Amino acid sequence: MTTRTAPARRRTGRLAGAAAVVRRRLLVAVPVLVATSVGMFALGAASPVDPAKQYAGAAAFTTSEENLAQIRANWGVDDPLPVQYLRWVGNLLRGDLGWSTSRHEPVTSVLAARAGWTLLLIGVTLAVVLLASLLLGALAAYRRGGLFDRALRAAAYAVESMPVFWIGLAAIAVFALALGWFPAGGLTDVTATGTSWPDVAHHLILPVAVLAVSQAPWFLLFVRDAVAESLRDDHVLAARARGLPGRTVLFGHALRTALLPFLTLVGTHLPELVGGAVLVETVFSLPGLGAVTVEAALGSDFPLLAAITLVTTAVVLAANLAADLAYAAADPRVRLDG
Amino acid sequence: MIRSRPTLRRLVVTTTATGLLALAGCSAPTVPEEPAGRRTFVVATAGESDTLNPVLNYGVDGASLIFDGLVARDAGNRLVPGLAAELPTVSADGRTVTATLRDGVLFHDGGALTATDVAFTYQAVLDPKVDSTLRSDLDMVESVTAPDPATVVFRLRYPYAPFLQRLTLGVVPAKLLDGQDINKAEFNRKPIGTGPYRVESWTPGDRLVLTANERYFGGRPANDRVVVAFVEDDNVRAQRMRAGEFDAAELPPKLATGFAPDDTYRVEQVATADYRGVMLPMGNPVLADVAIRRALNLAVDRAAMVAGILGGTGDPAFGPVPPTSEFAEPSIVGKPTADVTAAAALLDAAGWTPGPDGVRAKNGRPARFTLMYPASDTLRKDLALAVTADAKKVGIEVKPEGLTWDAIDPRMKSDALLMGYGTPYDPDFVSYKLFHSRFAGQGYFNPGSYRSQVVDQALQAGRDQADPARRKAAYATFQKQLAADVPWLFLTYLRHSYVLKSSVQGVSPRVEAHEHGVANSLWWNIDTWTRS
Repeated sequence: MTTRTAPARRRTGRLAGAAAVVRRRLLVAVPVLVATSVGMFALGAASPVDPAKQYAGAAAFTTSEENLAQIRANWGVDDPLPVQYLRWVGNLLRGDLGWSTSRHEPVTSVLAARAGWTLLLIGVTLAVVLLASLLLGALAAYRRGGLFDRALRAAAYAVESMPVFWIGLAAIAVFALALGWFPAGGLTDVTATGTSWPDVAHHLILPVAVLAVSQAPWFLLFVRDAVAESLRDDHVLAARARGLPGRTVLFGHALRTALLPFLTLVGTHLPELVGGAVLVETVFSLPGLGAVTVEAALGSDFPLLAAITLVTTAVVLAANLAADLAYAAADPRVRLDG
Repeated sequence: MIRSRPTLRRLVVTTTATGLLALAGCSAPTVPEEPAGRRTFVVATAGESDTLNPVLNYGVDGASLIFDGLVARDAGNRLVPGLAAELPTVSADGRTVTATLRDGVLFHDGGALTATDVAFTYQAVLDPKVDSTLRSDLDMVESVTAPDPATVVFRLRYPYAPFLQRLTLGVVPAKLLDGQDINKAEFNRKPIGTGPYRVESWTPGDRLVLTANERYFGGRPANDRVVVAFVEDDNVRAQRMRAGEFDAAELPPKLATGFAPDDTYRVEQVATADYRGVMLPMGNPVLADVAIRRALNLAVDRAAMVAGILGGTGDPAFGPVPPTSEFAEPSIVGKPTADVTAAAALLDAAGWTPGPDGVRAKNGRPARFTLMYPASDTLRKDLALAVTADAKKVGIEVKPEGLTWDAIDPRMKSDALLMGYGTPYDPDFVSYKLFHSRFAGQGYFNPGSYRSQVVDQALQAGRDQADPARRKAAYATFQKQLAADVPWLFLTYLRHSYVLKSSVQGVSPRVEAHEHGVANSLWWNIDTWTRS
């Protein structure tokens, strides 16, 4: 390990070239998004589900073929797939995401009404998971083999083997039913007259906690192993030898080295977090994107599926970009302009 | 190393303390006791509508809380006047139906209801540009006109005896929808009706908040607000009911019975017209033999299905007209338990003799057929397996197969299928399309191509004749012929179960259709509910 000199230059130079990287990534993002949307339409075409029957629900069994054909014609879902795709792209370029056939409203209003809650759930959970896993993982590594480390690892393995759905129901049974601390579900109190932030926050504590607990083990074990590893690194041993305080050594030297691969992995782990969020939304009856996504997939609702896929892809691409930038910020050896 | 210990410990202690503080802060009750809460009712269901527009199928059978039809139904599902001053009159030829509107009915926005609104509502349903599946049910309507502001005239293509039953559809205000694309109108989310409640807010996936309509023509509701919570998952709904959030919730029978021992709750098992049975296609060489179909009808143990699969919350079914209907024919009711001896004797007499493997055969053809069921429906799967086990006892081999609907559709002509239908309102509604030979092989209408002249004539007579006694006779003939031919193996009628807080007063269950969500559930008369 080489010793760093000229700390002042380091600060300014680290993110040099970030703009170029962002530009380059955006250029790559366009073909990725196009490929994703084409793939989505192709998958949809392979689906044998009739969106008109899906729309009719139980009435499909008492609705005449003629009536269903009229509805399909109104939607243009019988048109050839390339025609449907081009129509969709044309509307997209004009800022119109289309009409959701499963939700009966413009796709933009479905997203506007629901994406915020899902993003809030995921965002808060991610922050909680990262903070908790860095802190607890580092502490466990510091006293490797100690009581805290063993208990934490046992708990992590146990939680990892529990389905999110089950953790959610168990949390409701304990914290909502037995103890009465938190509401069992919903976004606001059922009789509330409006959506107030304290009410929403109160309702989100349990879902965020459940999602965080279910996602944490993976991060936690990773941090613990990486920190334990780097505690044996030369520069960490050197820092200790120089007599630096334990906290400085742990968080300033060991954790910092261990952070690098972790940042990349956060980006790749994001889809799993989204998957967990869908289940948590179901258990806690939150009006997020989870339920509508399932409904859209079952009902061959192309416009809504395409929009959700695009948004998710964009979020994952952005997360990867952010991870790379963070990597550059955290590791002086990585040069963005290189 | 040594120096670091206190720091670390301090860190852990601080973290734990902060966490505990956060927990304690959140656990403090933040919702103040609200006196008006006693005047709010909260109900929970899984059945959220896609829209709240009656033209697009919201609450078409009435009891939609937000809208009224020309007619409504009372606790016994009998027609009573709604927006019409009295029940509409039918001309002698049965093709002209005239309704006179009640005076002084106002929409929630203060606009007055006129005959134009009624005509507009029905014309919208009939417009092919409108995505309404209700059009299939109103294909007898030739025109709807409003000759004066208080009169609506329906002109029918053919006499249709139960037409008044189709007038429960909620009426929408023409001036808010005229000239708009009804499929995409803002109205579908923020509707204006004449009903006992107006919509305060609707958050799809979360809840619908309704407030009392002070000027409701039927009298102001006895409560101020109704909140309908949409909770998709059954277990979650049960837990939130248990947490005291809801006054009433629709729950599957097995979850509902868990509340029975608790005095703070009351469980209602509501009879329905929703039956499950096996459609036996005439295109199948084994099922084409009426002896096999009759033997199956004797061999199935309906009592065991009700007790075992439905947990007691159902009734044995012997025909498509529910026993709660005035048109039900009592003579078709058979034994609820299996009669293996009679079934075996029938098969012996028809030449189906037991083979070495226990499966009967006739002229070298084994008594074997496939029974399809939609794989995602656990109730139908359980029923299919029960039929399989019962049939085996009389030497008929059934191969149950769980499939998706798109895989089922092309095979309905030759393979048996576990289906569900039923309506509590008029025997014509579903049965005409299901058993009339005119609809043989048309999609889900009569997919097994059952053909019987007697049934065709009886169904037609039930539709053509206005005289109730003659209609009753026609449907008696129909039910008897169906019981003799067994084109369907009727198994059970379901019951819908609900859990209520014991303090809720004024609940009046009535026979329900398959669909029950915001509209047409146990809370159909929630405007009269009070708390003790």
